[in-house]
Amino acid sequence: MSKKVSKPGSMSRRRLLATAGAAIAASPLGASMLQAQQAPIRIGMSMPQTGGLAGGGKASLLGIEIWRDDINAKGGLLGRKVELVVYDDKSSASETPAIYSKLIDVDKVDLLFAPYATVPTAPIMPMVKQRGLLLIGNFSFQVNSKIGHDMWFNNAPWGPPDSWASSFLDIGQKAGGKSMALLAADQEFAQNLAKTAREVAGKRNLPIVFDQAYPPNTVEFSSIIRALKATKPDIVYVASYPPDSAGILRAVNEIGVGDSVKVFGGGMVGLQFGAVMENMGSLLNGVVNYNSWLPEKSMYFEGTREFFDKYTKRAVEAKVDPLGYYLAPFGYASGQLIEQAVKAVGSLDQKALAKYLRENTHKTIVGPIAFSPDGERKETAVLQAQFRGVVDKNMEQFRSAGKQVILFPENLKSGELVAPFEAARK
Amino acid sequence: MFSLDLLLDAVVIGVLLGCFYGAVSLGLSVSFGLLDVPHVAHPAFLVLASYAVSFLNEQYAVDPLVAGLLITPVFFVLGLATYRLYYETFERRGSDAGVRGIAFFFGVAFIIEVLIILQFGVDQRSVTADYVGKAWRLGDIRIPYRLLVAFAVATGLTILLTLYLSRTFMGRAIRAVAQDQEALRLMGTNPVRIKQWAFGIATAVLGIAGALLVIVAPVDPTLDRAYIGRTFCVVVMAGLGSMSGTLVAAVILGVAESIVLTLFGASWAPAISFAMLLGVLAVRPQGLFGRR
Repeated sequence: MSKKVSKPGSMSRRRLLATAGAAIAASPLGASMLQAQQAPIRIGMSMPQTGGLAGGGKASLLGIEIWRDDINAKGGLLGRKVELVVYDDKSSASETPAIYSKLIDVDKVDLLFAPYATVPTAPIMPMVKQRGLLLIGNFSFQVNSKIGHDMWFNNAPWGPPDSWASSFLDIGQKAGGKSMALLAADQEFAQNLAKTAREVAGKRNLPIVFDQAYPPNTVEFSSIIRALKATKPDIVYVASYPPDSAGILRAVNEIGVGDSVKVFGGGMVGLQFGAVMENMGSLLNGVVNYNSWLPEKSMYFEGTREFFDKYTKRAVEAKVDPLGYYLAPFGYASGQLIEQAVKAVGSLDQKALAKYLRENTHKTIVGPIAFSPDGERKETAVLQAQFRGVVDKNMEQFRSAGKQVILFPENLKSGELVAPFEAARK
Repeated sequence: MFSLDLLLDAVVIGVLLGCFYGAVSLGLSVSFGLLDVPHVAHPAFLVLASYAVSFLNEQYAVDPLVAGLLITPVFFVLGLATYRLYYETFERRGSDAGVRGIAFFFGVAFIIEVLIILQFGVDQRSVTADYVGKAWRLGDIRIPYRLLVAFAVATGLTILLTLYLSRTFMGRAIRAVAQDQEALRLMGTNPVRIKQWAFGIATAVLGIAGALLVIVAPVDPTLDRAYIGRTFCVVVMAGLGSMSGTLVAAVILGVAESIVLTLFGASWAPAISFAMLLGVLAVRPQGLFGRR
């Protein structure tokens, strides 16, 4: 066994290399050389790019991609480029467990983002918890409520579970509403919304006069709306998914919901997307619905405007939602969360990242984000906004303020409710 | 919550909805009912037609029904080509073609779906016309015009197809090929060409049915999956190959669905249609209007 002994006074080869390496790394040229040589940081996710959720999924992905390009232009994270590994989950809950297994075990990605929406996210939660991995949620609703994973952080503005229903019922009750009808799609997300709405109504002694779940793929809503109308509700809370929202509003326009209704809407997914809004046009008027971001003055933070400048250009070639208000800026914000956590922690240690995310407030283009122990926002930032003066077949109108008047939260409010619903539609 | 008003309304809407189901199933009644082709890509062609209609409507402001008529020749040719491809690659090669045929048509359906996504993106499409989004007031009942259009078109199509199959030479040949291919061959006729023609007709019908689909509700590229079950259910329940039977079966299905939706809750509606299918198959395996 031979032992290498470095002679005193002469520099060992290893030391020479290390010194030279440090010198190169310290120079600006060296930084980029080093970055190019180091393996990229890979963020894995599935995203609905076909199927019912694809409209949202593609916009969300574009938001994340814009963040990736921004961060790489700034030199990456920890001196490493950021790379996205993305699979299409076809909007299906049955696809995501296999995709995330592959991301973790075969692709061996460094970090995980959840797919857009509740339904595809729900089935991966147990696995992610079991493996003790950090997961940045993407607009799913209460998927962590039963799982209790302490490394889950949702980018969505939902906040405490009942705040969504509370804010809508507040508006309805202030307008004199004394009874509620509940129409919800028969799937995870909508049923979660309906459940909290029932609980909130129960606490407030608000009678529920109509409570129905309709199956996905329902073609025709005339019969359902007619049955709902017959119960003469004051507040109509609808939790629907994109393919059905349009069908429901069309039936409402044809059949009518009656003069008793003060507010209509609440949890209709789809009415946040440019193409759907353009298609529905004047049918939207009067509907009070949740939203995440709207082009009102109070909604601009550092980087928001720059983000939308980039998004608007890239959305055209990517054939995604030209407006992109609902999901895209939050996709970008997911990236910002990771960016700040990794920079602060200085490594990719998932536990340390989770600890940092839980304990700090993070600056993003959708405003400051702080998390409560369940990984949801500490305070709700869900908007309830009423469509006003919308005309048919015009996408550009939605870029100006005033088409969706914010009624909630108080600090962002930009107008008062017009009620009853039938009057607001005119 | 029961009232006579609601029941009456449910029946009226159900009849109209049933007619719509009938219209979108008629093509399948020819291709699957008469020709025994396991055409699971039928709803995909339907969605393709509705995209073509919505494109014509958006770009050139063509009325959706007129657009539906305009694309029927194209779909006829598409049908001829599809059957030829199916025949050459599958049907000609033996007895297990049925199962492999399903694989073929599933493949076709996926290709159509992806092509639509590549061309039009994933967003919902709809059409604008005077009869979309408005309703006819009949006393206390309000009936959406778009469902009335579906009703009129479905009845018209059924009458046309019934007349075509019973009065014209080609029509009778199609029914003959459905009953006994060998006998037709002995007569010196080429059954494959007749089947190809019939498949063309079945696909052409989809041009108008596609227009109805996008008139009744907005469409998205994957909507075909929702219609595979419904259309096959209607055709099998009717008894394979009966046009008027298809319409009646569809109306029964529509009324049942609508009544259940209105009076018992929407969750039960899909179960009802398939329970009825099972019931019919158990009691009358040849279908409501099928002959043994």
